[in-house]
Amino acid sequence: MKKLLFSQAESRRRTRGFTVMLGLAILILIMFLISMNLGQIRLTPSEIVQTLIGQGTPKQNLILFEFRLPQIIISVLVGAGLALSGCLLQGVTGNPLAEPGILGINAGAGLAVIIFVYFYPAELLGSVYLMPLLALAGAAASAALIYYLAYKKGEGLSAIRLVLSGIGIAAGINAFTIVITLKLDPQNHQLIYTWLAGSIRGTDWNYVLSFIPWLLVLIPYCLYKAKVLNVLTLGDPAAMGLGTAVNKERPRLMAAAVVLAGVCVAVGGAISFVGLICPHLARRLVGPKHEYLLPASMLCGGLLMLVADAITRVLVNSASIPIGVVVAVIGAPYFLYLLAKAK
Amino acid sequence: MSASPREPEFNKIRESSRPLTAVVIMIAGLILLGILTGISIATGSSSISLSTVWQAVIHFNPDLQQHQVIRELRIPRALAGVLVGACLAVAGALMQGLTRNPLADSGLLGLNAGAGFAIAICFAFVPSVGSTGLMLFSFAGAAIAVGIVYGIGSLTRGGITPIRLTLAGAAVSALFVALSTGIAVYFNLGLELSFWYSGGLGGTKWTQLDMVFPWAVLALAGALLLSRPVTLLNLGEEVASGLGLRTGWVKAACLLVVMVLAGASVSVAGMIAFVGLIVPHLARSLVGVDYRLIIPCSAVMGSLLVVSADIAGQWLDPNYGIPLGAVIALLGVPFFIFFIRRSGRGLI
Repeated sequence: MKKLLFSQAESRRRTRGFTVMLGLAILILIMFLISMNLGQIRLTPSEIVQTLIGQGTPKQNLILFEFRLPQIIISVLVGAGLALSGCLLQGVTGNPLAEPGILGINAGAGLAVIIFVYFYPAELLGSVYLMPLLALAGAAASAALIYYLAYKKGEGLSAIRLVLSGIGIAAGINAFTIVITLKLDPQNHQLIYTWLAGSIRGTDWNYVLSFIPWLLVLIPYCLYKAKVLNVLTLGDPAAMGLGTAVNKERPRLMAAAVVLAGVCVAVGGAISFVGLICPHLARRLVGPKHEYLLPASMLCGGLLMLVADAITRVLVNSASIPIGVVVAVIGAPYFLYLLAKAK
Repeated sequence: MSASPREPEFNKIRESSRPLTAVVIMIAGLILLGILTGISIATGSSSISLSTVWQAVIHFNPDLQQHQVIRELRIPRALAGVLVGACLAVAGALMQGLTRNPLADSGLLGLNAGAGFAIAICFAFVPSVGSTGLMLFSFAGAAIAVGIVYGIGSLTRGGITPIRLTLAGAAVSALFVALSTGIAVYFNLGLELSFWYSGGLGGTKWTQLDMVFPWAVLALAGALLLSRPVTLLNLGEEVASGLGLRTGWVKAACLLVVMVLAGASVSVAGMIAFVGLIVPHLARSLVGVDYRLIIPCSAVMGSLLVVSADIAGQWLDPNYGIPLGAVIALLGVPFFIFFIRRSGRGLI
């Protein structure tokens, strides 16, 4: 009887999970289609269709294929990656505050890139394939430092110590970043300032291509580890009791989260908030099981970034508002609402 | 107090508080602060001997350029450091006591960001507003941030937990920073604002200090008056109200004081994180859990931290100066980490 009830609850959860994911995927598709119409030059749906099947004017081709599509695709992917990273970190650390931004991982990635720009200013836009690697190195260095500082022999990894270390390290790294940005010449300064605020303007297919291989490896790996994450959230003693090699799995999953955050920051700038808010939102929609939580978080992240990107293109004519700004303006009030409603 | 029905709690406070240490910290701190203020005045793009500094203070001669520099640039800068350090540290101490949240700090709870947002609006839309207006805007911004964070807290069913308060603060902070960045990028104020965001005392003028000083002193005095109720509140709301404390009023008064402290410091020195987080922890670990000792010690130690960081920033880069906020973070981070590692008293 008990088993039957359990499996009923399980199947209801599964139905719900798949319904939510399907709904989110449909929303992303719709938003994707709408987003292709939006921008300084409007393309009507029929023009979009014509262009997509290869019958557009050169101008329409240029707008859609060279500017709009890469930007839209990057938005979705960066959003999905950051949300997945946040979801992993929250699961691994058992800490609802965990997020690449708050844990200082974005800051580390940003610093690495900025140091590079400081020494080779001309290379900024030419080094598409190098940027993710640099950002990755920075993210990994700061994450390793934070992990090392938060880990204590005998006590393991305390969630609050992790967040506090993250805040501390992020503040330290940001201090370095400020010192260096103030030494850049004004033009690069503006560029970096916008980039730090999260900006995916000026992207082209090279960015997409440099980015996709990482995701192709990391996303399946993370989804495969969903069950391990479920066990880890039960707490270390329980997880060990269930035969999970906590001390091996945790660093691996942390590493996956860090790499994801690093490559996303390289392409999209230091966008915070996606990794914090999307897992929370997804948890409300599909519950705590990571089999559903991880993909749902990714879809939420993709949708959020897609909407934010569309808004930047509708709102602004000449000046570009960084997408990170829009994400925060959408995300923060919603997050506050969630907090107020939570039991 | 001795006949209190809550004897164990008071004993706990009494046992862990070290008034003698506090007195030593206060006296030694003030002496050190005096010396550092002198050094700060002597330090700058051209260094001036301490004897000239002394001359300029007691026998001011307007014909001497060095005296002019000391009067118009160096002294306001040093005083601003003292004032801002005290304000930030006391604001942090009050908030930590009030919320029983070791993470509470005017930076983390979004107050600095709120004030910063208000100042970004000033820069973009009413650049002619002057330092008085800037300060009032800054107060208003801090007040709005406090209002949102605590509004969320009071709307929340089942009361607000420290972690939820921190989350709300992080969200409000992110929102205001994003809005400020948006304004900065749209109006092309990036360089101006980011210089200001990085925190610094370089441009402090007497008019600014004249404006901020009375407010800050009033708020610091208010914090001292509130230190006893905050100590009780830190025992837990039920205990405090059981002892006849009107917790609602105390909280409102604390928020008002914190708002003025944060607004004042942001309007003078920009956004400086960390002072409000670190200094109260240090003070608490030295003098115990009685806020009547923590608050004055925090004020002195905060001033010491900011003034010495300002001096260090000028020494490290004599031409431009490393931004104060950056120096404080660089000094503060290792210390903070050490603290976390040790899981200092009241931290976790």
